[in-house]
Amino acid sequence: MKLIECSNLKIGHRNHVLNTLDLSIYSGDFICIIGNNGTGKSTLIKTLLKLIPSLGGKILFDIELKKSSIGYLTQDLQVKENFPATVYEIVISGCIGRMNGKLFYTKKEKELANKYMEYLGITHLKNKPFKRLSGGEQQKTLIARALCSTDKLLFLDEPLQGLDMEASKKLYDILSKINKEEDVTIVMITHNISIAMKYINKVIYLGHNESFVGTPSEYLESDFSKSYQGGKDHA
Amino acid sequence: MLNTLSYISDIITYMKIPLIVGLLLSITAAMLGVVLVLKQYSMIGDGLSHVGFGATAVALAIGTEPLYISLPIVVVAAYILIRLGENKKTHTDAAIGLISSSALAIGFLAGNLSDGFSSDINSYMFGSITTATITELGYIVPISLTIIILFLFTYNRIFAVTFDENFAKASGMNTRLYNMIFALSTAIIVVIGIKVMGTLLISSLIIFPALTSMRLFNNFKKVVVSSIIISILSFLIAFLLFSRYSSAASIVLVNLTFFIIAAIYSFIMKKLGKK
Repeated sequence: MKLIECSNLKIGHRNHVLNTLDLSIYSGDFICIIGNNGTGKSTLIKTLLKLIPSLGGKILFDIELKKSSIGYLTQDLQVKENFPATVYEIVISGCIGRMNGKLFYTKKEKELANKYMEYLGITHLKNKPFKRLSGGEQQKTLIARALCSTDKLLFLDEPLQGLDMEASKKLYDILSKINKEEDVTIVMITHNISIAMKYINKVIYLGHNESFVGTPSEYLESDFSKSYQGGKDHA
Repeated sequence: MLNTLSYISDIITYMKIPLIVGLLLSITAAMLGVVLVLKQYSMIGDGLSHVGFGATAVALAIGTEPLYISLPIVVVAAYILIRLGENKKTHTDAAIGLISSSALAIGFLAGNLSDGFSSDINSYMFGSITTATITELGYIVPISLTIIILFLFTYNRIFAVTFDENFAKASGMNTRLYNMIFALSTAIIVVIGIKVMGTLLISSLIIFPALTSMRLFNNFKKVVVSSIIISILSFLIAFLLFSRYSSAASIVLVNLTFFIIAAIYSFIMKKLGKK
């Protein structure tokens, strides 16, 4: 089932077009978006989320895809230095989109929050203040929140930021499990495609005013993979 | 001691209305304050109080009930300031400075052009809670109760919007609507608060309890509850013990004392590495 279909979609800021692409996201996809800085990776996600307007072309959404079924992990959360909030308060706030007019969290939401904290191994941090966590722990908290907010489609903007190799692999295992067992479609931005390869079924490569959409093996055979690997400046 | 006790019981007997008005305002301002401070909108409260003063002075100069003029003007100003705040590229602090000083200038001129500053203006600068009447009680009770109930019922959503507005928006929340309701509530409380606390002091009623509580707790719910308690305590202490001097100034000073104690506590805890 097609969740999102974009044709000739132009993404960018104000009137500056960063990239133009055709793209279909199917239910069950696990997609990685890669590319150098400034090629519009975050912009693509924000455009699909309708947080910023597209600069042309068409985006069609499956009519059954509600906004409350879509989760999002942003890269540029401006965590206010002193914001007083515990890990649990933040994780359960991910359920806000699925409240359907309910005023307070019920057992269902609480269980969901506990489940995803367990998945990410942060249950012991439940009542710890967010601002005192390490970068990796904060990242896991925000991923758990994003997981709470979705049952169909999850956008992750650089979820591996602040995680070491071991933790990155573990996160891929968790995402893969959610992708398969709970049928959540995942679209994520990453700089390190090599670990991702065995989990994903589609690659979106964004270059400077060029793009590629295909399977991981198609990508590896393409010229894009050579130029990107060559110009890689990230870990 | 006995004197003080009889003084307090006199106040409770004869100043029931100011007492209720002050308590309701303290609770509402503290709740809104937590969100304002965390959204880094503290200065908006201050800016609005100046706009409220300007509008009030103009109203007194032309001889109408101040509320009819100041309320709509402050609501519009709140809307403009919060919309400016949404856009990271504009300089909200500069805009607030500009609006504040212009409003003060207009108010001062209006005062001088009519028949100079009367005692009315003085009370709008520094507050006069003891003169609160049954009429004022009549609108303060429904308004503050509405805001308090609204806040409690949307508590979880308020947390989501305050912590991460983009995420809340991506989850399908109408964040703009929340910002607007918020601006409206703040504007109303500032306008009503001016009567009680005065222009110069109303923003401290909003900001202080939140700042103090943030020194004490790292949990959103606890910060909200603690702000309300600190705000109520500050008001009661100031009102019952010092209202023969100036309730508004005393409320600020009691709040300041709480803040200093909390800051010292938090400093010591940090040094001990316990937080």
